[in-house]
Amino acid sequence: MTIGLSHYLTVAAILFTIGIFGIFLNRKNVIVILMSIELLLLAVNINLVAFSSYLGDLVGQVFALLVLTVAAAEAAIGLAILVAFYRNRGSIAVEDVNMMKG
Amino acid sequence: MVTELPDLMPVLPELLLAVGALFLLMVGVFGGERSTPVVTGMSVAVLTVAAVMLIASPGEGVTFGGAFLQDGFSRYLKILTLIGSGLAIAMSVAYARNEHFERFEYPVLIVLATLGMLLMLSANDMIALYLGLELQSLALYVVASINRDSVRSTEAGLKYFVLGALSSGMLLYGMSLVYGFTGQTGFGPIAAALSAEGTSLGLTFGLVFILAGIAFKISAVPFHMWTPDVYEGAPTPVTAFFAAAPKIAAMGMLTRIVIDAFQPVGSDWQQIVVFVAIASMALGAFAAIGQRNIKRLMAYSSISHMGYALVGLAAGSETGVEGVVVYLTAYMAMTLGAFACILAMRRKEGMVEEIDELAGLSRNNLPMAVLLAIILFSLAGIPPFVGFFAKFYVFRAAVEAGLYPLAVIGVLTSVVGAYYYLRIVKVMFFDDPAQKFLPMPGELKVVLGLSGAFVLFFSVFAGPVVALASEAAKTLF
Repeated sequence: MTIGLSHYLTVAAILFTIGIFGIFLNRKNVIVILMSIELLLLAVNINLVAFSSYLGDLVGQVFALLVLTVAAAEAAIGLAILVAFYRNRGSIAVEDVNMMKG
Repeated sequence: MVTELPDLMPVLPELLLAVGALFLLMVGVFGGERSTPVVTGMSVAVLTVAAVMLIASPGEGVTFGGAFLQDGFSRYLKILTLIGSGLAIAMSVAYARNEHFERFEYPVLIVLATLGMLLMLSANDMIALYLGLELQSLALYVVASINRDSVRSTEAGLKYFVLGALSSGMLLYGMSLVYGFTGQTGFGPIAAALSAEGTSLGLTFGLVFILAGIAFKISAVPFHMWTPDVYEGAPTPVTAFFAAAPKIAAMGMLTRIVIDAFQPVGSDWQQIVVFVAIASMALGAFAAIGQRNIKRLMAYSSISHMGYALVGLAAGSETGVEGVVVYLTAYMAMTLGAFACILAMRRKEGMVEEIDELAGLSRNNLPMAVLLAIILFSLAGIPPFVGFFAKFYVFRAAVEAGLYPLAVIGVLTSVVGAYYYLRIVKVMFFDDPAQKFLPMPGELKVVLGLSGAFVLFFSVFAGPVVALASEAAKTLF
């Protein structure tokens, strides 16, 4: 069996779905949400690189590198906000993020 | 290999903001907390100079290999965004002094977020769009939790971060699919590939994901969940900023991407935009009825206003885009005025946010009550104020495009929405007076006066504003 474009796309779609479910079904810990967000962005990167190699076009890989860079900045800011929240609230459980009901 | 510097004339305002933000950061870092007033003043000056540059020099063109596009549409919305950001910084001065919130990072972050918005409005390529959007979003996450000693502010920042990052992920996934199925990232080449090859299942998926990601950013239903909590939890000047500038930039970005890149598959995105518009108008109107906190009420109000702006976009025509531009102009003027009043709701013991605290305002502070009433009438869409004309332009475009049900639903939901705006007017004019507020700081008076004048006298100078808007809309077609 040769591994083709559709296999890569399937893996990426599965990772993306796991990421989405990780954000919505997780009731325990905000860190898990941050990990799920990373999973979403990695799924996108697999997609971009797979398409780039399939199309023989480098732009997709450039895009993937930029996404990686932004993902790092995003994780740093997310953790910083989480630390600030923990200092005030004393907990990072998802059910404690409930001062305002929306 | 000789590399040639790209043409920098069209990006001059953005370069100014980038260099200015870094310079102000240095001033803040070396000067410490004492330098906050200087940094605040200078950041307003930087935004003003950028706006003047945009007005004075029509440096239009495409640069950076087609990734950056400066045209009439982006210029108009950029000027609007810069005005919104500048006024939002100015409105934060008294609040910062009274609430011990003097942080030099705040104006610097707003300048950075504004830079991101300008890049979003000028993006002509999916990569440029993503980078501009992230520059804006990352700054906004921090701004939402800027009051780091308050559990509500940090919780607002955390919620905004999680949902914002999720929406960026969805947007990116959509972009990767569109890239894969068209082989292009530029808006023009995507449109060319779409008209040559037609649509495919993967492409439709990509389009849906992109629209969902952007719907988060403009807080359109069904991706609005973060809005009330973030509006309530964030410090009030931050909420004022959130309500004005980022909405305009995201709406302009959405308009450009659907018109420039996805026009060949217009019927695909049109039905999504129609659904989102109806859902936003309806939810914004009904959910706001039970609100007691005025910041939450403004959140639902902004959701429904984004719905009305989307009505114009759903038409997908030149008049539709003109309607969107007029609507955004009106929305920004009304929102800034309303938040100037909310920021003035202050007693000796601190800020108050309940609608009932406005009781009998007409007897305590008649000018503020009258101006707020005018702004609320305008938000409800009652003539002869600007809100009516804005709604008129978007509904006219919808009717011209044959979207009669959409226009009818829009009118009905604005009737429902009028109830909660008029309830505030009733509380202000007919209820027994509550305790007086402290006198309104000067800069809030100026913002409220400007906004009130714009709202009240729009019918006088509607001609030039609409002419500018239609000129801006023309460049997209």
